[in-house]
Amino acid sequence: MKRTPLPRSRRIAPAVAVAAAAALTLAGCSSGSGGKKAEESGAAASAGKANTPRMTIAMVTHAPSGDTFWDTIRKGAEAAAAKDNVKLIYSNDETAGDQANLVQNAIDQKVDGIAVTLAKPDAMKAVVAKAEKAGIPVVGFNAGLSDWKKQGLLSFFGQDESVSGQALGTKLNTTGAKHTLCVIQAQGDVNLEERCAGVKKTFSGKTDILYVNGTDMPSVKSTITAKLTQDKSIDEVVTLGAPFALTAAQSASEAGSKAKVATFDLNKDLISGIEKGSIQFAVDQQPYLQGYLAVDSLWLYKTNGNYSGGGEQPILTGPAFVDKSNVDAVAKFAAKGTR
Amino acid sequence: MTQQAEPAVTIPPASGPKETDGRTAQRSLALRLLARPEVGVFLGAVAVFVFFLIAAPAVRSGSSMATVLYQSSTIGIMALPVALLMIGGEFDLSSGVVVITSALTASMLSYQLTMNVWMGVIVALVVSLAIGAFNGWMMVRTGLPSFLVTLGTFLILQGVNLAVTKLITNNVATDDISTMDGFDQAKKVFASSFDVGGVQVKITIVWWLVFAAIATWVLLRTKYGNWIFAVGGNQDSARAVGVPVTFTKITLFMTVGFGAWFIGMHQLFSFNTVQSGEGVGQELIYIAAAVIGGCLLTGGYGSAIGPVFGAFMFGMVQQGIVYAGWNPDWFKAFLGVMLLGATLINLWVRRTATRR
Repeated sequence: MKRTPLPRSRRIAPAVAVAAAAALTLAGCSSGSGGKKAEESGAAASAGKANTPRMTIAMVTHAPSGDTFWDTIRKGAEAAAAKDNVKLIYSNDETAGDQANLVQNAIDQKVDGIAVTLAKPDAMKAVVAKAEKAGIPVVGFNAGLSDWKKQGLLSFFGQDESVSGQALGTKLNTTGAKHTLCVIQAQGDVNLEERCAGVKKTFSGKTDILYVNGTDMPSVKSTITAKLTQDKSIDEVVTLGAPFALTAAQSASEAGSKAKVATFDLNKDLISGIEKGSIQFAVDQQPYLQGYLAVDSLWLYKTNGNYSGGGEQPILTGPAFVDKSNVDAVAKFAAKGTR
Repeated sequence: MTQQAEPAVTIPPASGPKETDGRTAQRSLALRLLARPEVGVFLGAVAVFVFFLIAAPAVRSGSSMATVLYQSSTIGIMALPVALLMIGGEFDLSSGVVVITSALTASMLSYQLTMNVWMGVIVALVVSLAIGAFNGWMMVRTGLPSFLVTLGTFLILQGVNLAVTKLITNNVATDDISTMDGFDQAKKVFASSFDVGGVQVKITIVWWLVFAAIATWVLLRTKYGNWIFAVGGNQDSARAVGVPVTFTKITLFMTVGFGAWFIGMHQLFSFNTVQSGEGVGQELIYIAAAVIGGCLLTGGYGSAIGPVFGAFMFGMVQQGIVYAGWNPDWFKAFLGVMLLGATLINLWVRRTATRR
């Protein structure tokens, strides 16, 4: 078959035509339900603005990009920054070494304060000491409960992963669950392992652990389905993130399992899951609060010399339980993606 | 079924010397069978399947098989175009994130403009095909290796997925579109399941087999299929004999875009929302399934049915470990051993079969 390549303009023409056709049909294809039109527009939390001199605060996390939980932390930090007349520099990297480089970057920029997560405390030790030596106050949040004091951080805002795991285990004892499956979406993550270990510690029944590949939702779904099919005695699935809870609920119904789903962390879709009853309850560590307090405490320290927690005790932001009884109060905040 | 690397089999003429040399000798049926790219992986898949049937009693039920096949199909639908592309001598590192790009496009477009979700689905198809076309065009135009071009696209899309989602929805995940017009219809096409003798079977399994059949037909019965083998085997000689190399390569990349769109739609309509950070790392799984399925990384050799077994092996091992109740810590290690083993067997089988 003879095929001479089309001239460039003729090759582009069909694409343009398709785009134009699509644009023309847009008008006649609007959805009668759901969508942006149905979304409630709520203003973000706003408490005026401080008239203190403008300062720069860096927030450096070990978050993977594109994760709803971490986005909520960032929103809290941004809200505090807006209120405190602070320029916030947010950066994140999952790799410990690269996260340390980002802290170094903040030091190089001579920021007025650094808020950092210590998911891999040893890797961060040297660079945190460097920041302190440079006279930059450092606070910890989210991860690093056991190390923030050793490394001389001002304060720490977060939940004790083990404590919140234990709280969830205790709560499960009252629901009549006998056999729990704790689903970990990132194998080898210390925080996540601690949560499941906490559940195991206080839960009076049996606790199994299941690892799933968190970046591939279909695989998460089929793996949980497989586990529930394999072991029919599992009557409770505990997930460690909101999107996984919703998937686990689908898995349970597909496996014909009677297992209920409880989870750590919230998002707005999870709220409707609790309202509908497909999710039993969620343990909320209030990520918005962690981000907000971390920035706000640095501002307070700089402007008023305050030590949150007195430099001795961590400030715990969780565990707060959200279930059918109090879900309505939380729903309107979650809809904005701030709770 | 044939493939390009298989030498022509000729029957020696009745008169004249009985044996000239090994090149023209009639090879035994077993050897000819072994020379096919899908045979190694077929035997491997059967072995893994039988192994788990024995080791994990829970696998034996119909619903367990449905779960295994569902898992395999979500890998397999992508492994097919990835395999075709690989036979054509290229590969695509951006295929994992294009899935998410596609799902995000469909979801955000229909939500933000409050449109029937089918509009989003169609625009997402155009976007996915355009990304594939861009990859192919960029590669052909610049002569850069596909590794570099698609690595670039991979990184660009990773950033764009995140930044655009955040910009538009103010969150890093899309909004729930499950109440919108057309959702139920689209869900039927991309993410429904049907009942077969009391077992819930996912529609992706059907699509997977349909696509595999189409890919096999294209590869073995059409001129385009010959072009794929030709451009993967030797691009310059293919061009010299009149194969439209540019056209073939660009369309192969667009086929990967199509697969990504399909799986993206599946994810969107089965989970209602999409997190923008997902999909990273999946491209390697698709490539691995194609390689286990007998496609060579160097191109010019492979089949469409091989990756079907490759994806099945992935799904079977991944779920089999869970059904067996084993320690899942070892999953990745097991997968790696399987990948190496399958590749070595393929290599060995091909050498033995084509040498004499």
